[in-house]
Amino acid sequence: MTLNTDGIWYKLLPVGSLAGILILWELCGRLGLLNPLFFPVPSLIAIAFCSMLADGEIQANLSITLLRVFAGFLIGTIPGISIGLLMGASERTRLLLDPVVAATYPIPKLAIFPLLMIIFGIGELSKIMAIAIGCFFLVLINSMAGVRNINKVYFEVAKNYGANKSQLFTRVILPASLPMIFTGIRLALGTSLIVVVGVEFVSANYGIGALIWNAWETFEIEKLYVGIFLCAILGILFTVILKWVEERITPWFGHMAHRDQE
Amino acid sequence: MKLECRHLSKIFGAGVKATRALEDISFETTEGEFLCILGPSGCGKSTLLRIIAGLLEPTGGEVIYSGNNTDGPLNSMVFQEHGVFPWMNVIDNVAFGLEMRGVSREERYKRSLDFLKRVGLAQYAMRNPHELSVGMRQRIAIARAFVNNPEILLMDEPFGSLDAQTRLILQDELLKIWSDHKKTVIFVTHDIDEAILLGDRVLVMTSVPGRIREVITVGIDRPRDLQIESTQKFLDMRMKIWNIIRSEVERAMTVGSS
Repeated sequence: MTLNTDGIWYKLLPVGSLAGILILWELCGRLGLLNPLFFPVPSLIAIAFCSMLADGEIQANLSITLLRVFAGFLIGTIPGISIGLLMGASERTRLLLDPVVAATYPIPKLAIFPLLMIIFGIGELSKIMAIAIGCFFLVLINSMAGVRNINKVYFEVAKNYGANKSQLFTRVILPASLPMIFTGIRLALGTSLIVVVGVEFVSANYGIGALIWNAWETFEIEKLYVGIFLCAILGILFTVILKWVEERITPWFGHMAHRDQE
Repeated sequence: MKLECRHLSKIFGAGVKATRALEDISFETTEGEFLCILGPSGCGKSTLLRIIAGLLEPTGGEVIYSGNNTDGPLNSMVFQEHGVFPWMNVIDNVAFGLEMRGVSREERYKRSLDFLKRVGLAQYAMRNPHELSVGMRQRIAIARAFVNNPEILLMDEPFGSLDAQTRLILQDELLKIWSDHKKTVIFVTHDIDEAILLGDRVLVMTSVPGRIREVITVGIDRPRDLQIESTQKFLDMRMKIWNIIRSEVERAMTVGSS
């Protein structure tokens, strides 16, 4: 069966599954099939959400979490992209730094958080640095791969038409590796959400992680769900915004010749 | 400007894995000549072109450009495919060589647009290459090379990835542009008809190692167009080249399949 793309079903079906689960959840809860201690019905969670919004609890926690994520993201991404591009373009730099990256990249970022608290104190800086380190490696590795996957013919064109080193970088290497840089950024944003919640569990008074942790300690189960819901919203929001930016900056992605097509 | 290749050779790899790609290649071009290099795939003709372009170092021999140097670059190459940058719009692609040489934006856009107008692509100047057909993209690659105003144009099977109809149109178009500019062109192809239609001389290569088997003067009057492909002279020339190249192709096929 094919669906008419203008038809009402075409628009309703994608939201249908989500709405269906919520309705089923609500019904099962009302009928006493779900333990309200673990699974409070969506309407109660929505009420909790509204009252938390009204007294500013959500705004206070959300804003500090976003601040940590963006600060960490910027601090990690900018050097990550720069070093990644350099390692991709220069064989010497790659040979020098690759072992260091390979040895430190697999360490779970949360594992070094206690060390970061010793170095940077228990304030904001240690949290931001944990996120920055998580972002750093992901964008570095993807930017490097982005440069190394550039089709040889683009370098030949640049050389044949007389590009010098800086022209080669700005007109060929950077734009050609943008799609992979975006892949790195997408992964980095996802990771920064994981890391921020993790560090807020252990060392924060405010933030979505702290909100979830406090709700667990005081057994305010609806609040706990609101925290999880906020994480989901942030994840979706990051994806949507990034996709929007990406489609505007690299509309030609998917039309590029790759190395394996030679 | 004259180009001379003296005893060029190229070996890829070393030791037991070494492949002799080219051996003792010597020839020269005359001013304003259209020279076709014809050979079966794998005969090293693209390698030869890259050595002439300065993109590869020869293992032995030398490439000499001599004559009055103007302000343009020595050579500009049209690549097989994928040579057009997908992240630049059409006019920036065409103007790429000028941009690299520091020509002002106004000047390079003016020259590029003039050329685009001549080949009927002016309305696509601000489009991105992926919005255009493969044939149009190759016209952009050709435009980029001509606008760069080099002493010698190098073309590496520029029509190799096009469908037969588009190829005919672009061959015709290339002949027209070339007759206006009278640049020296070195055109690599594996297509006998294409070599005869376009070339003043055809340099027939053999494979493994790549050597020059024979240099043939086409001797069909210009201006030429597709009409000449049905003349007796063309057919004789095609048979002559095919007889030279046939044993080579058969040999390459047995080598390839063993």
